[in-house]
Amino acid sequence: MATYSTNEFKPGLKVMLDNDPGSIIENEFVKPGKGQAFNRVKIRNLRSGRVIERTFKSGDSIEAADVIDTEMQYLYSDGEFFHFMNPESFEQIPADAKAVGDTVKWLKEEVTCLVTLWNGVPLSVEPQHTVALKIVETDPGVRGDTSGGGGKPAKLETGAVVRVPLFIQNGEVIKVNTRTGEYVSRAKE
Amino acid sequence: MQPAPPSDWRPSAPLDTLQQRARLLQKLRAFFIDRGVLEVETPQLSAAATTDPQLHSLSTQYIGPGAHRGQALYLHTSPEFPMKRLLAAGSGPIFQLCKVFRDGEAGRLHNPEFTLLEWYRPDYDHRQLMTEVAELVTHVLENRVPLGATEWLTYEDAFLRHTGLNPLTASGAQWATCARQHGIAAAGLDPDAWDGWRDLLLTHLIEPHLGLGRLTFLYDYPASQAALARLRPDKPAVAERFELYLHGVELANGFHELGDAGEQRRRFDADLARRKTLGLAWTPPDERLLAALDHGLPACAGVALGVDRLVMLALGAQRLAEVMAFSIERA
Repeated sequence: MATYSTNEFKPGLKVMLDNDPGSIIENEFVKPGKGQAFNRVKIRNLRSGRVIERTFKSGDSIEAADVIDTEMQYLYSDGEFFHFMNPESFEQIPADAKAVGDTVKWLKEEVTCLVTLWNGVPLSVEPQHTVALKIVETDPGVRGDTSGGGGKPAKLETGAVVRVPLFIQNGEVIKVNTRTGEYVSRAKE
Repeated sequence: MQPAPPSDWRPSAPLDTLQQRARLLQKLRAFFIDRGVLEVETPQLSAAATTDPQLHSLSTQYIGPGAHRGQALYLHTSPEFPMKRLLAAGSGPIFQLCKVFRDGEAGRLHNPEFTLLEWYRPDYDHRQLMTEVAELVTHVLENRVPLGATEWLTYEDAFLRHTGLNPLTASGAQWATCARQHGIAAAGLDPDAWDGWRDLLLTHLIEPHLGLGRLTFLYDYPASQAALARLRPDKPAVAERFELYLHGVELANGFHELGDAGEQRRRFDADLARRKTLGLAWTPPDERLLAALDHGLPACAGVALGVDRLVMLALGAQRLAEVMAFSIERA
């Protein structure tokens, strides 16, 4: 069993806590001049997303979590699982709906995502910062209006709905910021 | 292609901060020179080391004349022992500004190598010395950090106020319950390690309230944390030890100094036994200190103040690295 000493703690380190994998967010060393040293740590539970605080005696060790972030290509959904492929090894891995979460609304075949694996099983799937998606449904555009003011809803090929400027037409491919869900620009073909 | 040259050759503190730091150091020195306190320098390398189980000495090897097979020398964690030898030799009041070294300590408020101001006052007790500490810190922070009236708080009152527990009588179960009730999830603390629990609650629940906009002196520490302080003659459950806090930051630790060679030896032995229990390396106790105490240490009080932390607070910085030329990451 791999372990980490408190001296190895740093943001991003993946550790086991209460049988769940976690990622260290903050690590503060505290010690009264003549007293016991502690590491006060904030850890994000990678399954629930909750942030918990925990204090360790400096010098103690905790179990490492076998968590790796890896870029994978989305292939298809079979209705229950979303299948991803490692583009180097061609290994295919199914992710359940819980791991995919809200990312589902940006998932298009062949796009690359950041898949976080715990013991080889997907914990979470992050889309790229911006994705290019085709509009499948929006009100007719106002051709002359390039001001970008106002806007209208547009449904994308993945089912996501974003607000786009009035001049954007049905069938166009646009770039969307997946963190904010906002329109960025027309995608250059 | 050449790799990009590292950018961490640069100081961790801006140059104007280092200029202000230099002025603060001058002010510290002038304070003592004006009061007729002698500046001394004692070795940073010592054949003996602290026995305190909570302090870890860095060590090195000297090979040369007088030690052809090599001799282990320890970098001091504070200049306390040789300064007490000077006092026993009749130095009178002395101060020292020096680098000290503590293994295992690094963080926002820690650097394994840091600057300590340590001074001793013959014929003072810890109360008189606390007054002088307050005068010094107030002088240094003048026109920089506004300070309200100084607060004086016993260790016991601080715990009663902020945890509801009496730190001198609480049981192991009470410590654990108190920590849990305050949302502190601590791993790895032995239920019987009372001082560990005290330190946990002190750092998590009490320190954030100490020294807010004023100096706070915490005093009358439990006898188990006496370190090198005398026990209070009328209340031997507590030691004549104090700490100074400002803005939640521990700034200084002082004692009405233990002068009894026999008691000092017993504390060294107890420390070494504790080190053994904790699986820590044996360290050579300072026999020359014991001989000096045996000769006679004048009644005195002494204190050590973290200079980097004081400069940090004086300049409104958040981390020690912001006021050090090169913190450990760039050393």
